[in-house]
Amino acid sequence: MVEIHLRVNGVTRSLDLEPWVSLLDALRERLDLTGTKKGCDQGACGACTVLADGERINSCLALAVQYAGREITTIEGVAHPLQAAFVRHDGLQCGYCTSGQICSALAMLAEHRAGAPSAVTGDPAATGVELSRAEIAERMSGNLCRCGAYNGIVSAIQEVAEMETAR
Amino acid sequence: MRPFTYLRAPDVATAVRAISAEPGAKFIGGGTNLVDLLREDIEQPGTVIDITGLPLTGVEELPDGGIRIGALVRNSHLAAHRLVTTRYPMLSQAILSGASPQLRNMATTGGNLLQRTRCLYFYDGAAACNKREPGSGCDAIGGFNRQHGVLGVSDDCLATHPSDMCVALAALDATVETRSEHGVRRIPLVDLHRLPGTTPHRETVLAADELITAIELPPPPSGAVSRYRKVRDRASYAFALVSVAAVLKVRDGSVSTVRLALGGVAPKPWRAYAAERALLAAPATEESFTRAAEAELTAATARPGNAFKIELARRTIVATLRDLLAEGSAA
Repeated sequence: MVEIHLRVNGVTRSLDLEPWVSLLDALRERLDLTGTKKGCDQGACGACTVLADGERINSCLALAVQYAGREITTIEGVAHPLQAAFVRHDGLQCGYCTSGQICSALAMLAEHRAGAPSAVTGDPAATGVELSRAEIAERMSGNLCRCGAYNGIVSAIQEVAEMETAR
Repeated sequence: MRPFTYLRAPDVATAVRAISAEPGAKFIGGGTNLVDLLREDIEQPGTVIDITGLPLTGVEELPDGGIRIGALVRNSHLAAHRLVTTRYPMLSQAILSGASPQLRNMATTGGNLLQRTRCLYFYDGAAACNKREPGSGCDAIGGFNRQHGVLGVSDDCLATHPSDMCVALAALDATVETRSEHGVRRIPLVDLHRLPGTTPHRETVLAADELITAIELPPPPSGAVSRYRKVRDRASYAFALVSVAAVLKVRDGSVSTVRLALGGVAPKPWRAYAAERALLAAPATEESFTRAAEAELTAATARPGNAFKIELARRTIVATLRDLLAEGSAA
């Protein structure tokens, strides 16, 4: 057993964990934060996406012990216009991927604001890249949706991105 | 998951000492590959040594105009780094075409070099796999081998190396720096990975107690243009069927500099030396590009599921060079 302090949604939680427990299982099974979902458990679907110090990661491939002292944000700690936009644009059907989609989109908007390029940007050194539907689809490609609500997801994110730019 | 002892190394010397003291121990960086392999019971280390606290997270300019990349620089940070986007845009393109944003935020540069094949039979504990269990056979031969290799493979293993980043590094003449109890070693990236032969479980030339500390790139060839092009079964978040990393410079209508590497077709990042030899000093024309691609691919061996890769590789090499020729002429 390893004793670690995990900082989740602004609260420090003390945990005794086996070192092979994933961050996803620690959140769901030990801290009862079941908003983060287990889809594939092998880094292929993105349902388990959470933020570590503001960066999106797959919590299923993260050993909890490696994230001691980091600031973890799960869907339970998120209150953002993206959530209402997903509802408005039908960005979900069953909802299983949604918490991962929202966390992922939140970090994606921050990456874009910081000037991070994507595979469809062309020149990776380009600045002021517009968040077109193609850019959003590529930047969100780590989050699968079995219901196929992609058009609504992209529209919801685009609307929020435009709102943020207008502000 | 099978239990293991967890150690967190505060510095390089401690990490290296810990691994030489624990046969069968593994380093863990971002964990994107190792955690999956632990869960699948393919890797069974008694001890896992966390190296994410080591001070190997910088990207620095070298006096000769090249760059030095710390082994623990996250893939996403490397792809977005100003020194990379401006001087080695092909490296950014290659990294950004691999995995997903979440995985790139976790994955380290050193770990990317050492990621293991995604061959489905390697992952399937019920299948025969000489890489997972030496001497057990290879179910990819005679099985579903659409993703498998056509260059450098053997009768014992058809697996491909999955990295995109490594293909760009191979074309950029990268050097890998390691540390062990025996000191510092520098290995050209193209010599880091082994071909499978009859021992596909031995994947690199690294000793079990060797830690990758950095990757260095020489200055990019002046006046050359470069590009990474990846062909896959879906538009994003899929491994390459074929990928091409190319650097090209044309002077007076002839190829004066060329570096070419292939991904998705071989057990290692495949530097296409035969194609380069055919191209150097040749007229920069589609005919030369085709002849060069064919020179590289004469050695290819096809299986029923992956024979299409030979033609796909030929076309992707030619198309990438054609695009670079146009880009270089426009510049």
